[in-house]
Amino acid sequence: MSPQIEACSAVSAFRVSVNTQEARIKRQQKASPTKARDGIADTHPLGVGKDRTLQAQRLLSHPPQSLHLVAPVWNGGTRGIGGLSRVVAPEGNQKKGRSLLQFLADRFYDVEALRDHLLRKQVSKVHQKNRPFNHINQRYGPYVAGAYFILKQGGAVRFQGREWIRPNQRGHFSLDFLKLQAVPVEAVDASGCAINYQGLDSLLALKELQSLWLQRCPHVDDWCLSRLHPLASSLQELSLAGCPRVSERGLACLHHLWNLRRLDISDLPAVSSPGLTRILVEEMLPSCEVLGADWAQGLKLGPEEQPRDTAGPTPA
Amino acid sequence: MSEIKKKIQSILPGGDWNPLYDTSYLPPEGSDVVIVGGGVLGLSVAYWLKKLEKPRGAIRVLVVERDHTYSRASTVLSVGGIRQQFSVPENVQLSLFSVDFLRNINEYLAVADDPPLDIQFNPSGYLLLASEKGAAIMENNVKVQRQEGAKVCLMSPEQLRNKFPWINTEGVALASYGMEHEGWFDPWCLLQGLRRKVQSMGVLFCRGEVTRFVSSSNLMKTASGEEVNLKRIHEVHVKIDQSLEYQPVECAIVVNAAGAWSGQVAELAGIGNGPPGTLQGTKLPVELRKRYVYLWHCPQGPGLETPFVIDPSGTYFRREGLGHNYLGGCSPTEEEEPDPGNLEVDHDFFQDRVWPPLAQRVPAFETLKVRSAWAGYYDYNTFDQNGVVGPHPLVINMYFATGFSGHGLQQAPAVGRAVAEMVLEGHFQTINLSSFLFSRFYSGEKVQEHNII
Repeated sequence: MSPQIEACSAVSAFRVSVNTQEARIKRQQKASPTKARDGIADTHPLGVGKDRTLQAQRLLSHPPQSLHLVAPVWNGGTRGIGGLSRVVAPEGNQKKGRSLLQFLADRFYDVEALRDHLLRKQVSKVHQKNRPFNHINQRYGPYVAGAYFILKQGGAVRFQGREWIRPNQRGHFSLDFLKLQAVPVEAVDASGCAINYQGLDSLLALKELQSLWLQRCPHVDDWCLSRLHPLASSLQELSLAGCPRVSERGLACLHHLWNLRRLDISDLPAVSSPGLTRILVEEMLPSCEVLGADWAQGLKLGPEEQPRDTAGPTPA
Repeated sequence: MSEIKKKIQSILPGGDWNPLYDTSYLPPEGSDVVIVGGGVLGLSVAYWLKKLEKPRGAIRVLVVERDHTYSRASTVLSVGGIRQQFSVPENVQLSLFSVDFLRNINEYLAVADDPPLDIQFNPSGYLLLASEKGAAIMENNVKVQRQEGAKVCLMSPEQLRNKFPWINTEGVALASYGMEHEGWFDPWCLLQGLRRKVQSMGVLFCRGEVTRFVSSSNLMKTASGEEVNLKRIHEVHVKIDQSLEYQPVECAIVVNAAGAWSGQVAELAGIGNGPPGTLQGTKLPVELRKRYVYLWHCPQGPGLETPFVIDPSGTYFRREGLGHNYLGGCSPTEEEEPDPGNLEVDHDFFQDRVWPPLAQRVPAFETLKVRSAWAGYYDYNTFDQNGVVGPHPLVINMYFATGFSGHGLQQAPAVGRAVAEMVLEGHFQTINLSSFLFSRFYSGEKVQEHNII
């Protein structure tokens, strides 16, 4: 079926893939997303009575980030009904957003491999930041290990009865807290840190944590929120403001945190209807004060603009 | 002029030079692995085959799917739940691996230049309720699940009422609640993600139906001296959609991932042609079973924290979205199995069999309004309602990845990896699924689950 590919690979050591079948098909696929690709329909058929509103409710509410090294370009291809099934950007945006790197990667295997390698390096950097410090845990105990982990990421820690410990501008911090082995950590400020699902291992060992701030953390998502339940007996304050990956589905598992008194869910771009979500979260956690996620959101509204009221009829 | 240009381009190396007619809709004339069925299981096998092959690009994989809109495929009609609360340890391991896959789906299925996938996972967990009779079984199950690493906790009726005040705990003796790694997600997104990744890895797709297997037999003697007739499939005839044309595809390995129709595909390969009671006469016991799913709206219903609740009577429901909509259904008993000929929904089934236990369990559901309903097929394994994985003992190059009776979607990534390991290495490496092989249908060893939905 593809003698041309074998011929080409035998020809040049540089492995130029300019005219091979593969690359042409790849370019065709990218340029014509509306054509059925090998028979797949681009929109969900819904031919068997499945409710159309179900599909419509599943919208990505934040601009998707393409996995490329240039500044992210809003593809615009994943909004709209049946948006999830249209995973290729439409032709117009594609042309504008194509960078030199993408152009070369389409045509040269080596550039493609280089780009994949760089992307994988980015991912592994995050993994490396979230590695557990087992040797510190064994020697000094879980509280010190957790504190060290947070400080290394660039966050701040407060032990019981002490002041906040923060790393300075260059990321250095004093190691005085190493002697506080038996003092529990009361508050953690991990705002802006690259903490992810694996990194939460170190945090969950802090059994008497009362206040946790995860503002603007780029890798905290719904899966991470489902992991917070071991802290239920002590956690009283949680802040998730500005986390781009947290949606209302993750907020549903905050239900385990029965001791929670303050919850900040402002400015969550992935939540589809902030007003309604806030009301449902308030119902779910009756003794908790829920901040944010209403029409204010840091925007300045003119006097004629209505607040975005998605509450609908008042639930019982 | 453009015609001449096209002709010249097709003659140059890299073009598809075919002077007589366009054959791009036909599958290739030969392929190393032919996967019958392009649902989530078939695509998962294709993905892992391409991921685990050494060297890269060594294996040519062809996926044959006759329903290109997936209008009857079980994957997209599924409710989309994933749980670890099984009683068979292998099932728990499969689910744990799959949940790991789903969590890191953007690392596994990343395609450069395409946006990352959002499978809309709701980590709300499963809540299984047990009556007095089932409480001991549930405790045993939870012990097994915890041993494998699932995070499940047991709750008494008192704790249940505290946590979920909308539940009526009458008749409930024990409940098991999955705290992590359980919930539901969007199966269409997983399917699309797998599809685009697998296409970028070079797997070929064909829109057609498998109508015939051409195989050769060898009469061989086993170690104990008895004669067995081993078959090997050489060609797969793929009939193109809406046409009489077919293409014989030479293949080395065939993977049967046809879902609810796997039994028919197995019959084409001659599995089950023989005197009953022998290995030749053992058919693949996978058949179509129709199941209904109903979507209703109840403004006073349970709140955001609602898990996927499964009643002791077999009725289940879960929340859908923010707007007090719920999905649910019930498995019919053997006597009231609906006719699987079509996907029409029986609304009386909801009135008679689903609503009463629901309203009894959640009093708020007494006032609900059904918004929509649909039906889908289970690839129901009539033997023991668990999957069939691995090669057939007689048709030696047909591998199965089917028969999961309602939990195929949640175990698909792990099963795909198991089948790929079996094909490439010859034995299971990550999860040992030897108890799921075909030979158990002949030897009679059932791998039975204690709670099936």
